[in-house]
Amino acid sequence: MTVRTLVIDGEPVGAREGETILAAARDHGIVIPTLCFLEGLSAVGACRLCLVEVTGAPRPLAACVTRVAEGMEVATDTPRLRAYRRMILELLFAEGNHVCAVCVANGHCDLQAPAAAQGMTHVRFPYRTPARGVDASHDRFVLDHNRCILCTRCVRVCDEVEGAHTWDVAGRGAGSRVIVDLDQPWGTSDTCTSCGKCVQVCPTGALFEKGRGAAEMTKRREFLAYITTARQAHRWVR
Amino acid sequence: MADFPPSTGLRADADASAARGERLRLATVWLGGCSGCHMSFLDLDERLLTLAARVDLVYGPLADAKAFPAQVDVTLVEGAVATADHLELIRTVRARTRVLVAFGDCAVTGNVTAMRNPLGTAAVLQRAYVETASAGTGPPEDALVPALLARVVPVHQVVPVDVWVPGCPPSADVIHAVLTDLLAGRPPATGGLRFG
Repeated sequence: MTVRTLVIDGEPVGAREGETILAAARDHGIVIPTLCFLEGLSAVGACRLCLVEVTGAPRPLAACVTRVAEGMEVATDTPRLRAYRRMILELLFAEGNHVCAVCVANGHCDLQAPAAAQGMTHVRFPYRTPARGVDASHDRFVLDHNRCILCTRCVRVCDEVEGAHTWDVAGRGAGSRVIVDLDQPWGTSDTCTSCGKCVQVCPTGALFEKGRGAAEMTKRREFLAYITTARQAHRWVR
Repeated sequence: MADFPPSTGLRADADASAARGERLRLATVWLGGCSGCHMSFLDLDERLLTLAARVDLVYGPLADAKAFPAQVDVTLVEGAVATADHLELIRTVRARTRVLVAFGDCAVTGNVTAMRNPLGTAAVLQRAYVETASAGTGPPEDALVPALLARVVPVHQVVPVDVWVPGCPPSADVIHAVLTDLLAGRPPATGGLRFG
């Protein structure tokens, strides 16, 4: 194993070659806020919340997809990064229809929590309030497009862990949305195994279990680390 | 980014007022909201007695005043801007208030009040006055009730806001902390508060 030595927030940090800045930081207890990233899924660098400053780089880089290098100097918490992170969160709130007070995920939300942590007291941008739909055709689960931030965690877990690839993304730009199979009602899907992994990894209340009221949808993220760890270690037992 | 406005000079004014034995002039306003934030304000319970010794409540649902008065020190604004009346009132409030506080999620984000925005006003009037009505009178005529704005917006999209207090509603402890800071002439620490 080749070791790389770098500096994160002034602290010397040892990391494996090929490891990301995010992984190296987490190994050393340095917290970098994330949203689309989830341990056990591939990293896509979609949300940009984990932006860090690397000395010599002309622009901030996403820590979840940037590999460590020897002698790298990384800053994870600067005024510029804080301003960007807050702006990213405000834009996410302005883009969809996020009404925390009546959301199933209120108090258990990976969008609401970082907003509070970053000191976002209000949204400076005009709300788009788009007309988006709700798909309640599945027996057990509901998809509410109003709360979707297009992180693609559901797409990735369905493809990479469940192996069904029921979910995908259709459309462009502000018109993008997650779809089921060939853009059909969830309840009519031929590929969905109803495993519920997408619901558990969804950061917001966009995917939830039917029958849950406001603030009642807590999600179990830890199952994913268990599955992927067991798979890598060939721990499956028959 | 709107920080606490240095122009308000709350600290100096508060000190001067205290020296003269004057009390802070506090108002509350109820725009498009459920009154839950005002209920949470009442949850201050016995702390209301301490507050009452230091402020004059000059306007709001909890005070008997018909018109919004001049020279108000602090105004707590509950609710989103949803009607023509709200718009007129909030402009008056802003002009006559030194520190304007967006009080609760509807004032801060639009919240539940703004959920009609993707639907349009005609659809919500039809729903409220025709589809679910028993009297069959139809949508209200012009000027009978305040005209709905085409879009419900948070307060800061209409007038400048000095302090944002998210929460649906903000807890009594949060309200107490904010008022304590304002009475002391300090910018309230509202950074860690979450929506919902």
